[in-house]
Amino acid sequence: MFPQMGSVLKELETEAVYIMREAAAQFERPALLFSGGKDSIVLLHLASRAFAPAPIPFPLLHIDTGHNFPETIKYRDEAAQRYGVNLIVRRVQDSIDAGLVSEEVGPHSSRNALQTVTLLGAIAELKLDACFGGARRDEEKARAKERFFSHRNSFGQWDPKNQRPELWSLYSGRKNVGENFRVFPISNWMEIDVWQYIKAQGIPMPSLYFSHERPIVVRDGVPLAHTEFLSPIAGETVETRTVRFRTIGDATCTGAVYSTASDIDEVIAELLDSKTSERSTRADDRRSDSAMEDRKAKGYF
Amino acid sequence: MATEFNPDAEIIRISTAGSVDDGKSTLLGRLLVDTDSVYEDHFENLRRTSEHRGETEVNLALLADGLKAEREQGITIDVAYRYFSTPKKRFILADTPGHTQYTRNMITGASTADAAMILIDARHGMTEQSKRHAFITSLLRVPQVIVVINKMDLVEYSEEVFREIEAAFRVYSQRLTITNLSFIPVSALLGENVVTRSEKTPWYRGPSVLERLEELTPEAKRTPPDVRLPIQYVIRPDQNFRGYMGRLESGVIRKGDEMTVLPSGQSVTIRQLFELDGEVTEASAGSNVLVTFDREVDASRGDMLVRPRNLPTITQRIEAVICWMAEEPSSTAKPYVLRQTTREVSASLEEVVYRFEVETLHRDEVGSLKMNDIGRVVIGTGRPIFMDTYEHNRPLGSFLLIDPVSNGVVAAGMANRVNASEVSNASREKGLVVWLTGLSGAGKSTVSDALVDLLKREGLDAARLDGDDLRTGLNSDLGFTPEDRAENLRRSAHVAKLFANLGHITLCSFISPLNADRRKIREIIGDRYVEVYVRASLAECERRDPKGLYKKARSGEIRQFTGISSTFEEPESPDFVLNTEGVSIDEAVQVLANVIRKRLENH
Repeated sequence: MFPQMGSVLKELETEAVYIMREAAAQFERPALLFSGGKDSIVLLHLASRAFAPAPIPFPLLHIDTGHNFPETIKYRDEAAQRYGVNLIVRRVQDSIDAGLVSEEVGPHSSRNALQTVTLLGAIAELKLDACFGGARRDEEKARAKERFFSHRNSFGQWDPKNQRPELWSLYSGRKNVGENFRVFPISNWMEIDVWQYIKAQGIPMPSLYFSHERPIVVRDGVPLAHTEFLSPIAGETVETRTVRFRTIGDATCTGAVYSTASDIDEVIAELLDSKTSERSTRADDRRSDSAMEDRKAKGYF
Repeated sequence: MATEFNPDAEIIRISTAGSVDDGKSTLLGRLLVDTDSVYEDHFENLRRTSEHRGETEVNLALLADGLKAEREQGITIDVAYRYFSTPKKRFILADTPGHTQYTRNMITGASTADAAMILIDARHGMTEQSKRHAFITSLLRVPQVIVVINKMDLVEYSEEVFREIEAAFRVYSQRLTITNLSFIPVSALLGENVVTRSEKTPWYRGPSVLERLEELTPEAKRTPPDVRLPIQYVIRPDQNFRGYMGRLESGVIRKGDEMTVLPSGQSVTIRQLFELDGEVTEASAGSNVLVTFDREVDASRGDMLVRPRNLPTITQRIEAVICWMAEEPSSTAKPYVLRQTTREVSASLEEVVYRFEVETLHRDEVGSLKMNDIGRVVIGTGRPIFMDTYEHNRPLGSFLLIDPVSNGVVAAGMANRVNASEVSNASREKGLVVWLTGLSGAGKSTVSDALVDLLKREGLDAARLDGDDLRTGLNSDLGFTPEDRAENLRRSAHVAKLFANLGHITLCSFISPLNADRRKIREIIGDRYVEVYVRASLAECERRDPKGLYKKARSGEIRQFTGISSTFEEPESPDFVLNTEGVSIDEAVQVLANVIRKRLENH
């Protein structure tokens, strides 16, 4: 079928599957946070392998900023169908309409931070007691401090200075009413592992990850997609370039990279040569040195 | 940065610890930068932050400190995980702070480590912190230890200083269980002996830190051959498929293997065995498996599959070393929850035997353990657990204690003795006398033998007391006159009572034919007495005649044989009547086991 996985991927997969089964056993109402990005795609694939021949015992939850690439939405719907899993979508627009949050204004505005409110609202509404996330420790320095089973208080907040000890592979999901957990099965994976795994398992990927021509606006040195949500400001121009995305999130803050890598082997080769991190194109992380930690403390992914 | 990806590299997990200023973060930063594991944008961030703080050089320590408070205060608060690779190895490094909550963090890092890196400041030598780290490394049996003697630049790369610290460390560790120990003189700040060997230390002929790391092997995954498969999750995708998922913690299982389910003791055969890629005929330790059985059994999360002739210890009493991790000190009065493999049971801390004084390795007598204390304790559990010692089998011997109110993890423990050598209060309360009365051949001994086995498998302390056994010793002076028979029963009842007081569920098989005697027995034993009438008709007993006694009685060879030549009075008010006619031994045993379980619950 597919080439045999090497020992590194096998060990990482074994760890991730164990954690998924453990969470499914310990929690009553888990959901898998699905963004359409590569990490959540891998998570979904792992879930299908972890529980086969039974169906995946939890739904997907997509927090939709409304600022999506159309390819992401198409992929999301197809993936839900392919894996036979229920898809729940909650929209940031609804939180805005309900007056729970207000839209940021100005050219740098993004709905990235607003997602937290919608996410916490969805957790409360759906009575979720655990959410699987595709966060990895090597992505970002605050994420390097995360547990596999990460406790959230009744306000959905992370208290990084007072985390529960996590020893051996004894993961405890015990909690009080109103509290919940984020579960990160691929914590120990590096970006290269994600792509090697995608290749080894033959997982179809959204076209955004491969090189294509696209009109872009270069802002602070980062090429951003020119979309209905993002227009050039004074001094910026729209140009068409060959790019791909290394990470996919909200279309307003996910930068592209100039690349001609058009298939998975070329993507892997490019990564092995890359001198910058995947999140270097994320405007949301560039806001401050502790941007990720600050957002996580409030309940972000 | 150039990412290395060797698909067949070994993953090595390392824990590091050091005192606040040992330069641990600098060493890690140096390893990451010099192995080309830092992206340019991350390094650029670092340069900007260092510059902003008015530092002249790029502060590599900032690379390892992920939290705002850590960067601000220049300390490491929580365990952080770092990743780097070389062509041969993939390293996952748990960077554990030597500051607040130091012990708890060190233990967390060490719990999964194949190797530990202990940092010592060459100017200060062994400190309480480095001793603590050595102690924890030994306690958690981390198989490989590298002592990095750092800041050698500040002691002019003196061999004498290095040798003194090495000697002091060896003296201290003589009393510990540390194997595979190496020492490296380093200047993390200047990169001496970190990645490449330094010219500043010509007297040192060993490897650099990175070279030493590359020699490490994944020792922590080593487990014994005993089959231990805790059930983690049960799937039932359709009526015909019931599958049990779990990680095989140790041993090898094959399709067709006969297994015992704990605690029920039921035996099953593995009908199908799956790994993630599909059906297989064999799976080995570490694998996430899915098994189906040849028959329906009652098994669920927290139960364990083992091989019939290789059981773990089934116990409700553990002697263990624990590290206390909560603000609130340990209490012998509070209930806790014990989590081991996939099993959770209620538990109590029965006794704190002593606390280790880490500096001197003395044992202090204390009433309770405070945050960061390490001590030896006795724990009793509400239900049996299936355990091996930590030394023998890490996944089976490690456990957590959880506060059922806050749900926080309050302690991590390693079992070092799991056999019930002394009677705990919990089990003492379980003492019971189950008095089986009935005709010879009714099945008393057969049932009690099988029941003792079953109860033992459930971790209960069961014992068997038989009229024949006592008559050959204690009661050998007695004959078969009515007076002697009464005396035989009186003595036997007293012995049974002593057994029960020690916590045994004591199964007594005595014909004890007379109501008067049975009343006396009930009086002697008191409220721990359960009278079971094992009933089968005389005709059936005579047909079974297991010892050939009926034949002898009919022929007159034996006189005064109950049922034939002396009376058997049907019990007036037995606690339970167990019919043994028309049912199998197994069924009878299960029925009686339920009676006993119910009785224990009502205690």
